[in-house]
Amino acid sequence: MSSPRDVIITGIGLVSSLGEGPDAHWQKLAQPGLEPVLETARFSPYTIHPLPEIDWNLQIAKRGDQRQMETWQRLGTYAAGLALDDAGIKGNDELCTTMDMVVAAGGGERDEAVDAAILAASESRNDRDVLLNEKLTTELRPTLFLAQLSNLLAGNISIVHKVTGSSRTFMGEEGAGVAAVETAAARIRSGQSTHILVGGAFQTEHSDMLLGYELAGYLHRGPWKPVWQRQGGEGGGVVTGSGGAFLVLEQREHAISRGRKIYAELGPVVSGRSRRQRGELDMAIAALLKQAVLPNGKLLALSGASGAHAATSAEKAALDANPAISARGFSTLTGHMKEAQFPFAVALAALAVHRRAAYPVFDAAAEKPFEGVPATVLATAVGYHQFEGMALVNTA
Amino acid sequence: MANLNDHKGRPIVAVTGIGVVTSLGVGKTDNWAALTSGKSGIHPITRFPIDQLNTRISGMVDFLPSSSQGASPLTYELAELAGLEAVAEAGLDSSDFGGPLFLASPPVELDWAERFSLYNSGKDKDDTAAEKLLRVARSLKELDIFETTQFGSIADRLAERLGTRGLPITLSTACASGATAIQLGVEAIRRGECERALSIGADGSATAEALIRFSLLSALSTHNDIPEKASKPFSKDRDGFVLAEGSGALVLESLEAALSRGATILGILGGCGEKADDFHRTRSKPDASPAIAAVRTALADAGLREDEIDYVNAHGTSTPENDKMEHLALSTVFGERIGSMPVSSNKSMIGHTLSAAGAVEAAFSLMTMRESVIPPTINYDNPDPAIVLDVVPNKKRNAEVRTVLSNSFGFGGQNTCLVMAREPV
Repeated sequence: MSSPRDVIITGIGLVSSLGEGPDAHWQKLAQPGLEPVLETARFSPYTIHPLPEIDWNLQIAKRGDQRQMETWQRLGTYAAGLALDDAGIKGNDELCTTMDMVVAAGGGERDEAVDAAILAASESRNDRDVLLNEKLTTELRPTLFLAQLSNLLAGNISIVHKVTGSSRTFMGEEGAGVAAVETAAARIRSGQSTHILVGGAFQTEHSDMLLGYELAGYLHRGPWKPVWQRQGGEGGGVVTGSGGAFLVLEQREHAISRGRKIYAELGPVVSGRSRRQRGELDMAIAALLKQAVLPNGKLLALSGASGAHAATSAEKAALDANPAISARGFSTLTGHMKEAQFPFAVALAALAVHRRAAYPVFDAAAEKPFEGVPATVLATAVGYHQFEGMALVNTA
Repeated sequence: MANLNDHKGRPIVAVTGIGVVTSLGVGKTDNWAALTSGKSGIHPITRFPIDQLNTRISGMVDFLPSSSQGASPLTYELAELAGLEAVAEAGLDSSDFGGPLFLASPPVELDWAERFSLYNSGKDKDDTAAEKLLRVARSLKELDIFETTQFGSIADRLAERLGTRGLPITLSTACASGATAIQLGVEAIRRGECERALSIGADGSATAEALIRFSLLSALSTHNDIPEKASKPFSKDRDGFVLAEGSGALVLESLEAALSRGATILGILGGCGEKADDFHRTRSKPDASPAIAAVRTALADAGLREDEIDYVNAHGTSTPENDKMEHLALSTVFGERIGSMPVSSNKSMIGHTLSAAGAVEAAFSLMTMRESVIPPTINYDNPDPAIVLDVVPNKKRNAEVRTVLSNSFGFGGQNTCLVMAREPV
């Protein structure tokens, strides 16, 4: 039964190594045997999925705005602009000023050259705190701080795209993306919001962004492999990718009244925090699957699995345990996009529903084909380290 | 029987527990005593050398075990202390809170101490600095350093410690974060998702680099000579905010759930309002329209008219820009009455606790109503003639306060206002 307060997806903005926009992603991902875009040299021994060529001017018209940001904020602002465009909201003052926003964010890029110079100088000095003051007071660019601040991705979206209803930034890796989508959906269902911009971006092409994983040895090393095939490989299993995913979520009534194209309906969004050291992850994933109330019959699943050994094998076991599920581990083709991972999964699920077709297998050895029309698609994000979430995306 | 729903038919949200830590001390009792006696917590920086720094004072919390351990450990300890105080006051199980957690905390980064130590334990001479860090990183056996770099880890630990339910939300809306954490809790209860929520704002991120970053943006006071005099909101000679640390926590509960378990109602969280600003990354729109909209939205959400607000707990950072803009916003909303309405800034005593500020100041707003005492704006010796406000200058004031508006405005165009009441309205 549809309700006027259903959560409808009316806009999708995607950027990854595969390209930009929902159509480009659909066309690429619908090709059987698509090869990933990989960068193996720049961050060796780590492989990453790099950003595609982007003309920032297309979504961030003012050069002055571009200069105030580093790549991460530009990427998020760009992907947000794509979603707003797609939903027919960009440039519409009335819709933008009443639009709410929840952004899932980590931090922006530090100045690697300044950091490297400080570290080099630290080899010959014991007064490192004084060294820090000397270097940071003279070498930091004042605006770089703003480019690093987590909430300034949302701030830049307000400035560039004029989205000013409300602005909240959630932090915390994949869980931030899950909570952002969950909270946005709850706002719409309760009548608090009519239309919300929600999503995130991750820019992996910076050594600190790799360090964030590697301090716990999470990154995969050695030859690239699909996300399901990294168990036992060298390193921790995660291959990262740069990308961004934003969704425009809208109350059904609101979307219909302005005659918008509808991709799909966002059904239940469920989340959790299992205590993994106590071995709760397997049960937690099973519980979330149950809580999401999977439909009868076969089910396509867009899995945000990162490749991290423990989390990915737990998720794979849970999905494999249900013979009705055909999973697609999209990190095989995009890499892991941290805060953007769950919004990306939901976006890909919505595209499959909208196109009335499943994606071919992304990994013939580990995934099974899906025949027929996927009326409901599951999207998952089991964090590489903590927090889990899922959503069901339905035909609108 | 009290009315359990508000003017919009939503569950009324009560506050049943309050916790606070600032440079003035740990806990409500010490903080309130200091705050109402006009005592400043601003002091010379001792945590790191002050060579080359233009600002050499702060409101850091220097008396906790983790005060010198880095931003993540200190932020955690601050959040835990405030959370435990609030949960204990609410009479709930401090290891099984049983509702969701909303944590406002600063963005995390690898601390310089760790960066230096990782780098200098690298042996490979051919490695670049980045390669050295990565090579050493992947050989670490413990997760301690890793966890200081994960944005969700402080909330994860708190969730474990306090027994909160579900996926804890960590958020940042810059200097409005603490207020946003409360707003998220209020909204979750109103939507019927939970009967209670724990909202915490905590910030222990006053590192040398943080101080330098704000300095480079010309945001900080450089009145170093008499530290306790440096934060002077609404004064003519105000010259920036004073970087500070602290935490505030509220146990929020539906009035119905609170009454049914016989909890003491400490106040009502009546309304929340927010409006983003699209003008500039660090400056507010000159006409203050987003701040005005945030105040009006909060009043409307609470179902109160302008003349029903008794006191304003100002954002009052002591920067030239904020105080001017805030005055414009308040005088636009409240009209002529603003000249005779008490408006004071806790930041005159505790400095700007950044991610924690909205929560700390909500805690003090609630205590203002309960104690019928308005904390002063200290250092008000040289009023700005362009800002005509009753700032409760220099000395506390005894007054019946039934309702409070608490403002939080932040970088990135973040504006969040809370309306609190002593009794359900």
